[in-house]
Amino acid sequence: MSSIEERVKKIVVEQLGVKEEDVTNSAAFVDDLGADSLDTVELVMALEEEFETEIPDEQAEKITTVQQAIDYINEHMKD
Amino acid sequence: MAKRRVVITGLGIVSPVGSTIDKAWSNIKAGKSGISPIDVFDASEMPVKISGAVRDFEANEYVPPKDQKKMDTFVLYGLAAGIQALDDSGLEVTEENADRIGVAIGSGIGGLPYIERSYAAYLKGGARKISPFFVPSAIINMVAGNLSIMRNLRGPNISIVSACATATHNIGDAARMIAYGDADAMVAGGAEMATTPLGIGGFAAARALSTRNDDPERASRPWDQDRDGFVLSDGAGVMMLEEYEHAKARGANIYCEVAGFAWNADAHHMTQPSQDGAGAARCMLRALNDAGVNPEEVGYINAHGTSTPAGDVAETQGLKKAFGDHAYKLLVNSTKSMTGHLLGAAGGIEGVFTALALRDQVSPPTINLDQPGEGCDLDYVPNEAREMNTKVGLSNSFGFGGTNGTLVFRSL
Repeated sequence: MSSIEERVKKIVVEQLGVKEEDVTNSAAFVDDLGADSLDTVELVMALEEEFETEIPDEQAEKITTVQQAIDYINEHMKD
Repeated sequence: MAKRRVVITGLGIVSPVGSTIDKAWSNIKAGKSGISPIDVFDASEMPVKISGAVRDFEANEYVPPKDQKKMDTFVLYGLAAGIQALDDSGLEVTEENADRIGVAIGSGIGGLPYIERSYAAYLKGGARKISPFFVPSAIINMVAGNLSIMRNLRGPNISIVSACATATHNIGDAARMIAYGDADAMVAGGAEMATTPLGIGGFAAARALSTRNDDPERASRPWDQDRDGFVLSDGAGVMMLEEYEHAKARGANIYCEVAGFAWNADAHHMTQPSQDGAGAARCMLRALNDAGVNPEEVGYINAHGTSTPAGDVAETQGLKKAFGDHAYKLLVNSTKSMTGHLLGAAGGIEGVFTALALRDQVSPPTINLDQPGEGCDLDYVPNEAREMNTKVGLSNSFGFGGTNGTLVFRSL
């Protein structure tokens, strides 16, 4: 089983069509990885699908970097 | 104001008989069918189990992978054919000419696969499961929109939607825009990918499709006595139209001229043609008038010829009404016998084939025409391609709603 960090990064690579090495923990989706506003909406949907969770819109808006996504999943994953 | 002349300087295609111009045209001349059993979804419970699917398409050649998921399949097909046509023309888009180059590419149905997927996701998980890319992937004008973005084409940008006459109407209207002075060049045609459960099921429910499921390559048989409907197909046909002096000045390769165009309506029935072919005849005559061409100058017809019992007879009657005795001297050919019916893209690939027929002076065959049906007594070029000697060819397209379109192509 991959770690949460690995799974999040894999989804970012797939959804945004970027290179693995560019997806660092501090990378911002819009400024560093070239996402637009629609890309980030779909990215959150993909995270919801992967981790079988629901991310409310007001929370989703605060997820702007890879690390923030990892942190959110870590905090909200049911064990 | 004298009309500006419009010529074709580039061609592009994605189709069941090939997704390059060379491959598709050589298959069409050889009489090869592109119809096969449906395998992109489980069609075992469908009344119709055959279609004309595109088998050799590589989206990566045209669109970066990360953008492909934002485009339904008809958009990818249309972009590919549009890019082929642009590149074939050799016209370089610059800051200086970008405002004078536009796009007119439509679709009959649009993003049906994505609509079906999104509705299934909605039923399962509610509105939260609808992708933000659903709408911009599925709406019909996104071939034109995306092509303008990819190639910086800042001229007119439209998508006429008129069922099976879509591409013909887009090409005709694009030519008018150039003639009128709105643009110097237009990328024009149609794209379609509607062979989904709803697309196949819907046309089957309307009793429009052939059910010759056990013999796919023989299913599309225009004018044959055993024809039983059309075969639904996928693809795109696009051409680069350019003002004649503009093309000449840059030494462009010119296939032929778009000499005339007309569009009208049967005003008769939702899905059936007017039985005497009157609407089609009026459309052809007006197109000839627009081109300043006498009926006797026409040698080749790329017919609508879908292989439906009523449509094939009506078009034959329309040809006789429009051309009189000269109708019997025409080579009346249906390339749909090989490609099936691409709906909104049909007039695009058939415009491409008409331009190539004039260039090479050869009519493709109408395959599967073993025994002409009642009322079908013209020269349909059965089963073997034939050399011809003519400067003028017509391409007909007729659609649900009773809409008609005719393009007149003329060698220079």
